Amino acid sequence: MSISNYDARILKAPHPVPGAPDNWKRFFSFNTDAKVIGIQYIVTSLFFLLVGGLLAMVIRGELITPPADLVDPTVYNGLYTMHGTVMLFLFLFPILNGFNNLLIPTMIGAPDMAFPKLNAAAFWLVPVFAIVLMASFFVPGGPASSGWWSYPPMSLQNPLGRFFNGEMLWITAVALSGISSIFGAINFVTTIIRMRAPGMGFFRMPIFIWTAWAAQTIQLLGLPALTGGAIMLLFDLSFGTTFFRPEGGGDPVLFQHFFWFYSHPAVYVLILPIFGIFSELFPVYARKPLFGYKVVALASFGITVLSLIVWVHHMFYSGTPQWMRNVFMLTTMLIAVPTGIKVFAWIATLWRGKIRLTTPMLFCLGGLFNFIFAGITGVMLATVPIDVHVGNTYFVVAHFHYVIFNTIGFGVFAGIYHWFPKFTGRMYYEGLGKIHFVLTFIGATLNFLPLHWAGLLGMPRRVASYDPEFAIWNVIASLGAFILGVASIPFILNMISSWARGPKAPPNPWKAIGLEWLLPSPPPAENFEDDIPTVINGPYGYGLGKPLVDDEEFYIRRANEA
Amino acid sequence: MTTSNSEVTLKHTPGHIKHDGHNLTGFIIFLCSESIIFLAFFAAYIVLKLTSPEWLPEGVNGLSIRMPLINTVVLVSSSFVAYLAERYLHKRNLWGFRTVWLLTMAMGSYFVYGQYVEWSELAFGLNSGVFGGTFYLLTGFHGLHVITGIALMALMLFRSFLPGNYEKGEAGVISVSLFWHFVDVIWIILFVLIYIWQ
Ligand code: HEM
Ligand SMILES: [Cu+2]
Repeated sequence: MSISNYDARILKAPHPVPGAPDNWKRFFSFNTDAKVIGIQYIVTSLFFLLVGGLLAMVIRGELITPPADLVDPTVYNGLYTMHGTVMLFLFLFPILNGFNNLLIPTMIGAPDMAFPKLNAAAFWLVPVFAIVLMASFFVPGGPASSGWWSYPPMSLQNPLGRFFNGEMLWITAVALSGISSIFGAINFVTTIIRMRAPGMGFFRMPIFIWTAWAAQTIQLLGLPALTGGAIMLLFDLSFGTTFFRPEGGGDPVLFQHFFWFYSHPAVYVLILPIFGIFSELFPVYARKPLFGYKVVALASFGITVLSLIVWVHHMFYSGTPQWMRNVFMLTTMLIAVPTGIKVFAWIATLWRGKIRLTTPMLFCLGGLFNFIFAGITGVMLATVPIDVHVGNTYFVVAHFHYVIFNTIGFGVFAGIYHWFPKFTGRMYYEGLGKIHFVLTFIGATLNFLPLHWAGLLGMPRRVASYDPEFAIWNVIASLGAFILGVASIPFILNMISSWARGPKAPPNPWKAIGLEWLLPSPPPAENFEDDIPTVINGPYGYGLGKPLVDDEEFYIRRANEA
Repeated sequence: MTTSNSEVTLKHTPGHIKHDGHNLTGFIIFLCSESIIFLAFFAAYIVLKLTSPEWLPEGVNGLSIRMPLINTVVLVSSSFVAYLAERYLHKRNLWGFRTVWLLTMAMGSYFVYGQYVEWSELAFGLNSGVFGGTFYLLTGFHGLHVITGIALMALMLFRSFLPGNYEKGEAGVISVSLFWHFVDVIWIILFVLIYIWQ
């Protein structure tokens, strides 16, 4: 075979690439390249992390002293509602879809997503519903104020009697976000099922692909239930029906079922890809194959199935009959089993590995540490007698922030640092990264650890003023929150300066094994273009000396020459 | 891009091969997801009907079954007609396909008309308690799907006149026909829940 044949392809490889500073305009267009869309998602959601974070600062500012002095209690209700909504629907869901866009095609060796236009449409819905949601700050009566779960009858109050009220805009925004998520889910699942490189059987897929698939299955099966509930809520609010209004024969608890039938599994939509990131990163930075690959892969779908049958643990104190509480206590505790299997596999992977403490690895280790803690408080909450005692207190708030920020947030940062060189073509600054990690870990711990004590002592959540006996915990928590705010400065500095003028990244800076690392950094528009590799071995072959794909040298050479 | 060397072609698959033919897969995934919204509404209907202290609004004794029954027969048989159209298309009998496809659309439109007549004769409205609410929610949401189905069929009919439309396969018609069967099955469940179980 002739070398010149390859040369022709090499000449073709350096397309105008996403990430090159000279073509930033593509990020503001209806671009259908999954790598552009991925970066669009990630940058947009990081912006909303700042917005949600600012709301959190105001909340923590209010709570630093017992009386409601900084903001009015009504405003406070709007603040925490919008904080939760922004963090979930504008930060976490979109940023994980960003990872899906960057990683699914490159990890399975596909040129793009199965439906590129649908993919772009899913992304552009994000700014649309962001505007709808933000607009609710400016309507008379202010934004939605009944918490991110929008329980009736609270969510059905409309004292000003206007059609365009905060709650109505909130429901509309959440419905639009649902449409975007379903577009995304159809795309991701179809791509994973149909577009894997030759030789990549299911049990040769990287764990991130398994977890993304398991998570998107939850979206497809769970989200429509919330959409149904939201449609009924909107009708009650705006068109005079009484589905959830007891005075018209309706049942407010029914809404809680709809809400949690999706929103419990939704937390697994968020954490499953993080499990994927952990499973990708630990082997790279410990130089060992992932322990128990097959079991970890299957446990993802175990979590999917179980996550759909535990939702009533959020309703133990909603007049739920005792038999139902017992059933759901049992299923909830069962879900700790597949989760525990994964934790065990990661620790076994790290055991006696050659550990490199890079920024992504630090975030992974911190995230894993926090997750073990959160799992323990989760099982405590699953126990009915404990939950009836601490339900609706800061103990719950502490539990879920330990998962949602201290685990998922950490995993997100780990993923950003790890794949930053691949998709921008630049290295980040390790020193700034480490400062970011240390500040984040200290801030997050100070912020969320004390809330456990406040909750156990009985401090209720969602109130602007509280008894002075809880003051000490709140002062520490607020201090932590402000440190977290400061932590964003080295992060932003690092991202902007490295992307603009960081050192050029080699194709495989971490010596990782995976199809995406056989591509140039950043990859060309169609990834492997007309040379999709044939996979001949499973992932994570660290120290085994087996090539991942046929003709591996060709890909390594091409990536280096690009 | 093609390579002259067969050994290379074996090891390196061209990108576009992986590009085609996902539409049906994607559409089936979409239908699975869409069915959950209906399941949610059915669940709400069953729970509210079983637990609501006041189910029927004052002055309403129940629903007449005659008109909806005719509608049911029309809609269910239109599914078989759609299948027939698909067979014609498969044998590349284009005019057979178009005629029978148009008949399916006509039957669907009759269903919508029947629904409209039924709605306009009812003595209760959307705001007549949970009974009125769930009734209009379920039939209305289903009706929207019927109308969407007819619109999609019109699109497929139009596209059958484009030259070379079926060179890449018939995934469009197969998907729409699948959608029609879906709308049909949902209606049967809905009919049993609302009209038979009174
Ligand atoms: C070992 C696994 C876990 C168990 C057993 C568990 C258990 C629970 C229970 C019983 C509650 C209800 C507490 C109450 O409302 O009184 C709860 C709340 C919550 N959990 Fe977990 N959990 C687990 C993991 C997770 C994960 C992985 C996430 C996120 C990805 C998460 C996010 C949440 C959230 C957001 C809430 C509170 C929602 C709210 O009330 O606003 N949990 N958890
Ligand atoms: Cu839950």
